[in-house]
Amino acid sequence: MTTDVPPTEAAKYLAVQQSDEFAALRKRLRGFVFPMTIAFFLWYALYVLLSAYARGFMGTKLVGNINVALIFGLLQFASTFLIAWWYSRFAARNIDPTADKIKAELEK
Amino acid sequence: MNYYFAAEASTSTSRTLTITLFLIFVAITLAITIWASRQTKTATDFYAGGRTFSGFQNGMAIGGDYMSAASFLGIAGLIALYGYDGFLYSIGFLVAWLVALLLVAEFLRNSGRYTMADVLAFRMRQRPVRTAASVSTIVVSIFYLIAQMVGAGALVSLLLGIKPGVTFLGMDADTAKVATIILVGALMIVYVVVGGMKGTTYVQIVKAILLMSGALLMTFLVLLHYKFNLSALLGDAAAQSGKGDSFLRPGLRYGVETAGDAAKTFYSKVDLLSLGIALVLGTAGLPHILTRFYTVPTARIARKSVLWAIGIIGTFYLFTLALGFGAAALVGGKAITAQDKAGNTAAPQLAQSLGERYFGGETGGAVLLAIIAAVAFATILAVVAGLTLASSSSVAHDFYASVVKRGAASERDEVRVARIAAFVIGAVAIALSIFAQSLNVAFLVALAFAVAASGNLPAILYSLFWKRFNTSGALWAIYGGLISAIVLVFFSPVVSGSATAMFPEHDWHWFPLSNPGIISIPLGFLCGWIGTVISKENDSDKYAELEVRSLTGYGAH
Repeated sequence: MTTDVPPTEAAKYLAVQQSDEFAALRKRLRGFVFPMTIAFFLWYALYVLLSAYARGFMGTKLVGNINVALIFGLLQFASTFLIAWWYSRFAARNIDPTADKIKAELEK
Repeated sequence: MNYYFAAEASTSTSRTLTITLFLIFVAITLAITIWASRQTKTATDFYAGGRTFSGFQNGMAIGGDYMSAASFLGIAGLIALYGYDGFLYSIGFLVAWLVALLLVAEFLRNSGRYTMADVLAFRMRQRPVRTAASVSTIVVSIFYLIAQMVGAGALVSLLLGIKPGVTFLGMDADTAKVATIILVGALMIVYVVVGGMKGTTYVQIVKAILLMSGALLMTFLVLLHYKFNLSALLGDAAAQSGKGDSFLRPGLRYGVETAGDAAKTFYSKVDLLSLGIALVLGTAGLPHILTRFYTVPTARIARKSVLWAIGIIGTFYLFTLALGFGAAALVGGKAITAQDKAGNTAAPQLAQSLGERYFGGETGGAVLLAIIAAVAFATILAVVAGLTLASSSSVAHDFYASVVKRGAASERDEVRVARIAAFVIGAVAIALSIFAQSLNVAFLVALAFAVAASGNLPAILYSLFWKRFNTSGALWAIYGGLISAIVLVFFSPVVSGSATAMFPEHDWHWFPLSNPGIISIPLGFLCGWIGTVISKENDSDKYAELEVRSLTGYGAH
């Protein structure tokens, strides 16, 4: 952790960091998690903003006493479960194999 | 039927039963703790439970750490009193897990060892960054601890049926509250000091099972009462609340529209946005949650544990919806506020009412109240143990070992200091809690989230993803976010200048919002950026190491 890395170690990390394989891994990962973070944040922000400024719309009754606000809230639950599942599937298919390969090479 | 608090006979049944059940929980968890202490030999055992937990176990334990008194007592109470607005909390608390899942959990597990600071200080100068991280860990944990203790205090007076003028074992209501807080504090110290992370994790798992079962039972009974017709439940809740349809819409508690006072309406709405931001960004900055990721062997299992946690926590929040609206419909707002102004006792009161309906009158009510109250106590106890562990770990591992001893402390020494720190932090939390009794528990936790999101999250994200980030940036981010959040809370209506403030007789507030997040979180990010660009330091070798290790898991502890 806090120990200094000897020069050869540092060179090893730099070499991996600059390799095409690692760059591709980082790009794939960031290409998923950053846009996804922005997407769910905006979706959540929309919900909070509507709760603050669109009370009439949120109070519209759909079925019986179930209104838009409740459905919108439950959709936030649904989207959270969905994104979590989606990410785990994405990572297992597109991240884990490459990460394992690079790690195995480093451990040689 | 009289839904006001029970008659004397059932109060005493309930009281005895709650105390018995609670003592059984304490006995079981203490046995686990002692068993765990025999297996706790190294620092890794104490701080990270030996890193041997499975994804499901840690998922349960995360649920145990996260579903605090705020979630169970606080949210149910807010929904019961203000309807839809309480649900906003559940949503923010849940969506927040995506930040932890996508941006933090796996990277942290791969590159850190015991504490949040391991990642923050990875490529920085150790001593200043670890000091800062330690300070912010303690501050966030203490805010959170106060919330839990207030919940315990509110619960005890309901449970023991102590009201003004009534005494129990010679104690009046206030003395009993203080006694409970001290008892809870003492137990949490034992769990942490004796059991370390291993003991604490098992306590969380037991608690999560109890809490999920209790909430499931109550949800089932509420829905059964309405023949599984959600619309009928909502309709009855709205009717009983006396607020009609507005009870089912946002706006009774947050973003309140005050006719003729545009400024007040404006600030109230901004306060709602502020709360929303703090909730969603706070989770991934909570030290006691971050340290949970170290208890599993690999980052992939950390990912699995977050997935389990999202499933468990999400399900639980769906239950709280039924509990809150159920309490509004079956107990009624008046009976709830008569017991606890902030609504913290709505869930146990609902338990009593459900017990009376389904399990044979007052005795049944007393029994279910006792069970749910014991579950709530277990909840509080487990969460305070988790918080105390996280902050004492930071004191020992970050401050003592790296700052005081400059990395030359032995493992035994470190663990000894962690145990002493647990005592001190426990004592401070006990003392502060006594002043915060009038505040809603969920609301207090929202403040802890705001402080975590302002002080910790910017530094964590910059550390992991911004190559240029450096020591100066980390210090600016942590102190800038932390200080701005705390200063704004101190000058907010939460501390002074309102009827429900911590110091209601005084008024020094000038900040109009009760949650500082909307100002202090962007300020935390801004400070981190300013601090970084004004310093030339930049260790690109260490960043290469951090990046490679955090993405691949190479060299992970």
